[in-house]
Amino acid sequence: MAKPMNITEKILARACGQVEVRAGDFVNARLDLALANDITAPLAIQEFEAAGMTRVWDPEKVVLVCDHFVPNKDIKSAEQAKLVREFARRQGLTNFYDVGRMGIEHVILPEKGLVVPGDVVIGADSHTCTYGALGAFATGVGSTDLAAGMATGEVWLRVPETVRFNYEGEPGRYVTGKDYILYTIGLIGVDGALYQAMEFCGSAIKALSMDGRFTMCNMAIEAGGKNGIVEPDATTEEYCRGRALREPVMMKSDEGAEYERVIDIDVGSIELQVAKPHLPSNTVPASELADLKIDQVVIGSCTNGRIEDLRMAAEVLKGRKVHPDVRAIVFPGSQLVYQQAIGEGLVDVFIDAEVAVSTPTCGPCLGGHMGILAAGERCVSTTNRNFVGRMGHTESEVYLAGPYVAAATAIAGTVAVPEEVLA
Amino acid sequence: MIFEGTAHKYGRDVDTDVIIPARYLNTHDPGELAAHCMEDIDRDFIGRVQPGDIIVADENFGCGSSREQAPVAIRAAGVSCVVATSFARIFYRNAINIGLPILVCPEAAAGVENGDRLRVDLDKGEVVNLTRETTYQADRFPEFMQEIVTAGGLMKHVKKRKQSGGANA
Repeated sequence: MAKPMNITEKILARACGQVEVRAGDFVNARLDLALANDITAPLAIQEFEAAGMTRVWDPEKVVLVCDHFVPNKDIKSAEQAKLVREFARRQGLTNFYDVGRMGIEHVILPEKGLVVPGDVVIGADSHTCTYGALGAFATGVGSTDLAAGMATGEVWLRVPETVRFNYEGEPGRYVTGKDYILYTIGLIGVDGALYQAMEFCGSAIKALSMDGRFTMCNMAIEAGGKNGIVEPDATTEEYCRGRALREPVMMKSDEGAEYERVIDIDVGSIELQVAKPHLPSNTVPASELADLKIDQVVIGSCTNGRIEDLRMAAEVLKGRKVHPDVRAIVFPGSQLVYQQAIGEGLVDVFIDAEVAVSTPTCGPCLGGHMGILAAGERCVSTTNRNFVGRMGHTESEVYLAGPYVAAATAIAGTVAVPEEVLA
Repeated sequence: MIFEGTAHKYGRDVDTDVIIPARYLNTHDPGELAAHCMEDIDRDFIGRVQPGDIIVADENFGCGSSREQAPVAIRAAGVSCVVATSFARIFYRNAINIGLPILVCPEAAAGVENGDRLRVDLDKGEVVNLTRETTYQADRFPEFMQEIVTAGGLMKHVKKRKQSGGANA
């Protein structure tokens, strides 16, 4: 009989065919999916081919998504995307997503049912940890790790220690998963969970939608975490129904499982959060930044580009106009989210409010294209990083927030909470 | 392996966006990447750095994105080794996988000043500060990772395992 294990340990034990694993063990885990994008795949393909590899281990389990610099922003990006496209065709990959069929990788993989509970997934993108929301083990790696994964269907991992975060209580109006995770990163710092698993538990997580859980797990990396994870429950089951392409394996942490530490958080005390430049841990209540003038608002990304996020933004923007000094841009996370937003009338709300609505792309989040900042400009963004130069000029500033604060700010022209503009 | 060079000292949380800004990720050519290495944190770095030089930093070096272009740019800029109090997880793996030597050495990060001359003995895990005549001891790699380092990077390690039937063919 195995010792009690937490969910991360249980998934990894299963994936390496052992009865039990412990934090600190090195294991070779079997992969359910390996993912790369148009920035990280070219380097992975180069390493893969340089090592003399000819075929990927499973053409159904290697997923390539062109989402960062597409629709191609310049000739060099076009060359890189072409390289990815040609590799996908040569290898006969079932899951290759390009312009018109794509979306932001971490929005479309769960949406298409490619990731299911119990999976082990690596992705050459740091926000691969998003899929932990499904009760899967998912972590970001570099291109060479991905190349090795494409070749062998395995990845070496050190089983992480786990920090358990208990979220209890009733959240205030407009407080979302984004506020929970920003608050948490503010509490523990950008290396507060370095090399560790972040297990999100408690009644407030049970009450959180799948989209809210994706947002939280997405930002585990911003605390240095290896993975974020939520135990699957009825909400997860409902999400997987009619979507999951493989049989989900719903794991739960055992009674008496080991944790490196346990942190209790009362969500009732969490105000709407904003992370000031230049670290995601630099969080303050949005109300403390009330007079700060803003030049641009970005709503979208792998963090907050799902339908629920767009509904929140539309709730605030409906019947109002974006402040004349602000450029507001909405990026739906996928073609499906885009279509849903049209069907629900959200796109009309945005266009009436004088918001630009874009095809899905990672573009502005990492300062790639479609919303670059000039020197001295400030942006409130629902994305995940506010490092120096992240969205453009090194003298520009990014303030991270959830969709409610971003939409309210777009109207006010200064950092605002929904109550200020909905009055 | 022994390296000798001048220390380029940075603080904590040096992220991959400042090591190699995303605006240059439309290429994976090491030389082009190197030309912009550390540009957003230290504009003169690429003009100052000499082959063999050593980057020394505080906690959480390489945090943020998974871009392997970050250690690739550092290596292609001629840096022999990165010494830090701690490394962000993905950067740590990437550096080992591509064969960029890294050492976890809080003592060195605390004691080294910008411009000090250093000698690093990788096998001994030793950082000698020639300017201050001090020696710092780095942490050892776990055995599992040492195998990858010894093989000369991850792909060579994988090839070896595949040939011996150790991984799924």
